[in-house]
Amino acid sequence: MTDSTIVRDIIDDEDIDPKFVDTLVEAGADRIRTCIQCGTCSSVCPSGRRTAFRTREIIRKALLGLKEEVLTSPDLWLCATCLTCLERCPRQIKVTDAIIIMRNMAVEEGFMLPQHRKASRKLIKTGHAVPLDDANREMRRELGLQEIPPTTHSSGEALEQVQEIMRRTGFIDLIESTEESGQ
Amino acid sequence: MTESRTYSFFLGCVMPNRFPNVEKSIREVLPRIGIELEDLQGASCCPAPGVIRSFDEPTWLALASRNLALAEQAGHDIITGCNGCYGTFKETLAELHEHPERLAEVQRVFKGLGIKFTGNVDARHLIEVIYFDVGLDRIRELVKRPLRGLRVAVHYGCHLLKPSKNRPWRRTQRHRFLDELVEATGAESVQYRDKFMCCGAGGGVRGSNAPVSVDIAREKLDNMMAAGVDAVINVCSFCHLQFEFSQLQLNKELGENRYNLPVLYYTQLLGLALGLEPEQLGLHKHVISTEDLLSRILGQ
Repeated sequence: MTDSTIVRDIIDDEDIDPKFVDTLVEAGADRIRTCIQCGTCSSVCPSGRRTAFRTREIIRKALLGLKEEVLTSPDLWLCATCLTCLERCPRQIKVTDAIIIMRNMAVEEGFMLPQHRKASRKLIKTGHAVPLDDANREMRRELGLQEIPPTTHSSGEALEQVQEIMRRTGFIDLIESTEESGQ
Repeated sequence: MTESRTYSFFLGCVMPNRFPNVEKSIREVLPRIGIELEDLQGASCCPAPGVIRSFDEPTWLALASRNLALAEQAGHDIITGCNGCYGTFKETLAELHEHPERLAEVQRVFKGLGIKFTGNVDARHLIEVIYFDVGLDRIRELVKRPLRGLRVAVHYGCHLLKPSKNRPWRRTQRHRFLDELVEATGAESVQYRDKFMCCGAGGGVRGSNAPVSVDIAREKLDNMMAAGVDAVINVCSFCHLQFEFSQLQLNKELGENRYNLPVLYYTQLLGLALGLEPEQLGLHKHVISTEDLLSRILGQ
């Protein structure tokens, strides 16, 4: 056995962005610095129960300023936003909010899962992340419901308004112009 | 509740576009217990708190505000039957009320679009209105077909209950209200392991990481089935989708029909107890067949 089998994970200065945690705090994860790494968040996580996703690890890395590592991590997208960690955190850190803030930052940097881009495109096109399909249109008719629901699906004017809002907030640009590759 | 009250019915995406049978049961049942529904014309996706909010929070806030504005203009509070939509509206309203600059930000986005919005509107989950305004006593009075002998697993979901600081329930954990509402129909709410655990659908996990998502649902289904229940009762269109579709997926993977637990939305269960016909409640349009369950209930 040679020394080369032992890989030491060394954090270089250049990996650390000291402003990262400030950004999280400003965006609403205001108590994140009080984390004591007790692991309550990981222990109640339904995704963590069956994967290597550890909420505590993400929070620790965020506190260390390992911005790139956190934002590029697929684990960030394993949170089902069940909010159990937020409820149970003994430091009352809004853990779920912190994850959502980091997801926003990841998307802004172009890290978006292809399925999520697809759902966003549906929202942009139809006003619904899960739009009506033929089978359900038929089921609505059979059930005696309005065949096309009274949503943006049945109002071009409403859809245009929704699309204009998404244009103004920059959502359309965000989805259409960020790199396709991402993660 | 002495008189009926009208709400703007917010449909969302999953209910009208994937489970119209659940929508049908809500439209049949709520007016019968004194809750009038008015369609919210031109509403969009809420938008989903786990996905769209995760991608671009300001867009989520603006679109949620537009939906709330439609109800404000109609002069009613929103009523929704989806925990995700409920979470979006509750968190949006809290954000706008706690940070007036966010309301101003939204109003700037709306400029010139003809949307009047002050934030003076509320959003309620239909189960909240049934529990607090209709009440258990009234439900018991209205029951014509008590569902005695029926053993069910209650699934609350997540955003209905949490964050507890911004929810109307008397407790922050170990809730009972849905168990009580189920028991008011004569059915028995059976205890099972990890009853308050997530269904696994939210946060964009179902869309992007189906194996993890379905495995969370499997664990819940296994726990329910171990308790020997006849059905799962839920109050969220996305949890409903998760339990219906995941059972199909699991059976396909296993190559056997192990998962056959009927998935009922609360208004479908209540509708049966009120004496409505299964077709009126869309119970003939389920992914997991309700046939055996119905013959037991109606055969009694």
